[in-house]
Parts: sequence; C-alpha cells; structure tokens
Amino acid sequence: MADSFASPSDPTQAVNAPGSTAVIAPGHTFGSVTDKISSIVLTRKTTRGWWLGFGVAFMLTLLLLVSLTYLVLKGIGIWGNNIPVGWAFDITNFVWWIGIGHAGTLISAILLLLRQQWRTSINRFAEAMTLFAVSCAGIFPLFHTGRPWVAYWLFPYPNTMGLWPQFRSPLIWDVFAVSTYATVSLLFWFIGLIPDLATLRDRSQSRVGRVIYGMLAMGWRGSARHWHRYETAYLLLAGLATPLVVSVHTVVSFDFAIGIVPGWHTTIFPPYFVAGAIYSGFAMVLTLAIPIRAIYGLEDFITMRHLQNMAKVMLVTGLIVAYGYTIEAFISWYGADKYDGFMIWNRLVGPYAPVYWSLIFCNIVLPQLLWLKRVRTSVSALFLISLVVNVGMWLERFVIIVTSLHRDFLPSSWGMFKPTFWDWSTFVGTIGLFLALLFLFVRFLPMISIFEMRTILPGAKVSEDAQVS
Amino acid sequence: MAAKSPAIYGLMAEFEDPNALVAAAHRAHHEGYRRMDAYSPFPIEELHEALGVHHTKLPLIVLIGGLIGCLGGYSLEYWAATIAYPLNVGGRPLHSWPAFIPVTFECTILAAALAAVFGMLALNGLPTPYHPVFNVPRFALASRNRFFLCIEARDGKFDVEETRRFLETLNPREVTTVAD
Repeated sequence: MADSFASPSDPTQAVNAPGSTAVIAPGHTFGSVTDKISSIVLTRKTTRGWWLGFGVAFMLTLLLLVSLTYLVLKGIGIWGNNIPVGWAFDITNFVWWIGIGHAGTLISAILLLLRQQWRTSINRFAEAMTLFAVSCAGIFPLFHTGRPWVAYWLFPYPNTMGLWPQFRSPLIWDVFAVSTYATVSLLFWFIGLIPDLATLRDRSQSRVGRVIYGMLAMGWRGSARHWHRYETAYLLLAGLATPLVVSVHTVVSFDFAIGIVPGWHTTIFPPYFVAGAIYSGFAMVLTLAIPIRAIYGLEDFITMRHLQNMAKVMLVTGLIVAYGYTIEAFISWYGADKYDGFMIWNRLVGPYAPVYWSLIFCNIVLPQLLWLKRVRTSVSALFLISLVVNVGMWLERFVIIVTSLHRDFLPSSWGMFKPTFWDWSTFVGTIGLFLALLFLFVRFLPMISIFEMRTILPGAKVSEDAQVS
Repeated sequence: MAAKSPAIYGLMAEFEDPNALVAAAHRAHHEGYRRMDAYSPFPIEELHEALGVHHTKLPLIVLIGGLIGCLGGYSLEYWAATIAYPLNVGGRPLHSWPAFIPVTFECTILAAALAAVFGMLALNGLPTPYHPVFNVPRFALASRNRFFLCIEARDGKFDVEETRRFLETLNPREVTTVAD
C-alpha cells in the first residue's frame, strides 16, 4: 500500500487512505475552500488538456449536428429501425440518458433529505450531469417523431385543428414527466448556484466576469433573511424532486409496460427501471468524478469516502437490477404464457443472445467485485467497473427494446435490427454534446458547491454560548 | 452641523467568525434594534432567529402552487378527454381517471417547484440591481469568509454616534458607515 509511506501530516494523503471516512481534508478554512474552488474558474489558465478534451467533444457535437441535419433532410429511414423493430437505438439512447440523469437528482435531493453530508462535494456536478444527460435524452424522441418542427403538437394547446393530446397514452405522460424533470432540474441547479455566482462576482478580476456573474447572481448578498427563505425553498425543492425522480423513470417504464408486447408487459418494470436508472447514474458520476478530481487536484474535497459510498450505492442498486432480471425470467416461465416464454428463451439463445449475456456480465457478474474492500478503495478499479456498468446499462435497454420487438406474436412478421452508420453517429454525437457541455461547465462555473462546503467545516458550527449571550 | 453629512444607509460591523455574528445579532436585538440584517457566506440556522425573524410564507406559496398545478392538470385532462375531444378508445369511459394521474402528478410538482423558486426570489426581492451594502469595499468578503451585521438608519433607535459606540462593544474587526 503506497499510502502507508505518506507522512501523517499531509492532509491530502491522510484523507485518501483506504480506511478514511473524512468528507473533507483537515486544515481547510472558509477562505481556503472558497479560493481553491473558485480559482479553477477564475484564475487558473485554461490548460492544453482542456482544449484537447473540449475540442474532441466539440467535433463529436458537430457530428451530431450533421447526423440530425441529414435526418431532417432524408427522414428517419436513415436509421436502422423499421417494422417490426420500430424502436431501437433512439429509444435505447433516450432511456439510457434519462437514467444517467437520475443519479444527479438522487444525490442532490434524496441524500439532502437524508442528511448525508458526503453528498456536498459531488452534488453540483452531478446536477449538471443530470441537466446535460436530459438534454441529450430529449433529442432522441424529438427527432424520432420524424417531424421535429411540429413537436409542439405534443403539448395541449388550443389549436385551429380542434385536436387535443390523448391523455390515456403513456407517451403523453412521458412528455409531461420529462419536461417537468428537465425544468425542475434546471431550477434546482440554478438556485444552488446563486450564492456561488455571488462569490465569483465578488472575486472576479475581470470586468466581463464581474458583469456576467453579477447579472446571474441577481444581487445576492447573503442576508440572513434571504438565507432563511433560500434554505426553505431548497429543502422544498428537494422534497418535490424526490417523488419526481421516482415518477420519471416509472413513467418511462410505462412506455413499455402499458403495451402488450411480450417482454414489456410486466409490473416489475417501474421499480426495476428506477433502480437501473440510479445504478447507471452513479456509474456515470464515478466515471466523471474520478478523472475530474485527479485533473483539478480535488482529492481534498472528493475523498475516498465519496468514491466508496458511490460504489456501495452501485452495489445495492445493481443487486436490485439483478433481482429484476431474475423475476422477469421467472415470471415468463411461471406465467406459462407461450409468447412470454418464447420471448425469454429467444433472449437467452436467440440471435441477440451475445448482447444479453454481455449485459448480464457487465451489470451483474463483474460489479460483484465491489463486495471487496480492496476493489472499492482502488480508484482505477472503480473507474473501470463504472465504465463497464455504463455499457451494461445501455445493453440492457437495447435488449429490452429490440429483442422484445423483433420476434413478437406472428413468426411471419419477425425481423432483425441492424444499426446503420447514422444510428451510431447520432449516439456518439450525443456523448460528444454531453462531454462538451461538461467541459464548458467545469471551466465557467464552480463544479463544487462552495457555500455548502463552507457549512461542513468545523468552524461553521455555532456554539451554544453565542446564542444565549 | 456645518457640513450636511451625506445620506447614510446604516452602520456595518465586520466579524471574523459565525459565533461572533450570532452573538452580536442577539445583543443588537436585545438592545432594541429591529431594522437590521446580518450577512454571511453560508446559511446559519441560528442567525435569522437571533434577528427575530421566525416565519416565512414560502411553504404556503408552494402549497398553493402545488394545488393549482394539481387541479389545473386534472381539469385540463378531464376537459380535453370528455368535452373538447371525446374519443372512444375500445369502449373505455371518457373520464378514465386512473390514466389521468401521471400528468396530474407531474403538473403538481412543476407548479409547486416554480412557486418555490419564483416565490423565494420574489420574497427576497431578487434580482436587486443596486444595494447600498455593496458600497462598503470589504463587503465583497461576505461571499468568502467574513460576517457582517448592518444596523440600518431607518431603525427608530438608530443614532450615528450611539449605534457606532454600541457596535464597537461587540468586538468587531471594524465598524464602517454604509453610504446610501
């Protein structure tokens, strides 16, 4: 163990020792926390690595724009989905991205309500991740409509055609769930940013910085009356976002479960989708947090305790997902419905069986390594497992959607789905968009909530004496 | 009274830690000052109580917002599905209420969240393009690591000399006059 050689006086080393439970390295003050986080935005020179990373991500974003432009010109026939597989990469990607977003809300809202102090240093960029993931998710159903320029038809509004949306359809529920989720996530994130924007306004050396951060901070001055209402609003928003995040993936699962297609029509879907969403979301937070803390030297704030806790959440939600897969297969056999039985048999040994078995390996077999403390305390092992789980959760959605559709009731209407170049380019393009937005975020906004970091310092506690004097 | 002094907003005392600020706010409230505010770089639970601020109307606003969203969402669905555009889907009743729950729920959350955010901003009077406290150069540290108590000139008990003397007794780092 390399850590045993570190001198005990080095706080960063101490806090990263495998057994450490600290959420912040010792020795920090209100000033040092503020300076360290805000300097990443205000004074650090933009590194060559940032330009390289942003450059690659931006090129992929351009690939997305090319793909979408070509899609609008030619129609969705450029994708590989066709009857009987009417939903394929587009909906797989949609569900994958939405699921990734869920960890952000879980960390910022549910862990806040549960008073889990360790959430403090990861909530800000987890929320940003949510926003960017939901933006990527929205692209797919929007363009899959085929005519995205009339996408506003999805919303109820008085129109000359006298038409109203069909409120009995889960697809309309999805429109409401996802747009509410995007709006509430944006508000939650922005409200959390206001005090930190004021810090940036007060500390910025450049006039442009002062004006832009100043306008965004809206004149925040840290008044006790304001903080009181602010805390109330933040807590209420957390309370609202908690049932919301559960409802969003439940409604996404209704897109499938309400239909009668074998492999979709099952009551286990809502809980197992929600668990899967959190599973993939935490995997993505780890995938992002591990390189970010290394590059920006944030090991003081994102400690081994954070990484270990996230690994534990992954282990638990991964087991819930494993239970979901088991029950799905069991009910298909126990239910004795021959179409359902065939569906699961087709998944296990049919043409897409390699995909199914890879998903089982990625989501169930490999993550069991997280039971070992040696693995949970190894940063590189956690990074690799988180990448594998990201892949596994994508494969899961692909299996649910494509294997259920490609062989349903009538053998005469069976078919196969093969992704085209444009399927891949659109998917890779959204990854580019996601990363490009994240690069911009870490460059221009504080990626760790500064004011919340101040509250977890020992000096922030008000003693009894001060209150009675 | 030779030269007319410029209009002042109040007197501001600077403290180095939250304990001193909370204690100072208690003392000032005890002394009878009411028109004052405390400024800190992070929320301090005890502080608004020390200032004598106890309640906020925000939860009520959020509740009303949520109820409007809930009733509005359900009424919209009812009206669209049974009156404006009745559609027979497999003989199901037009008012098929279980199918209307998800959208009602989402509308409730959306309206309540909007009420929480905009209600908080409105009650706090944000955005505020100009505020006198920013005239004190050291106030920029209120968003970093310093704690301020400002007794405003509009307080009935305010007197430039006497209030300054009172603030000096609280062991502040310094007391400054805030220009209006």
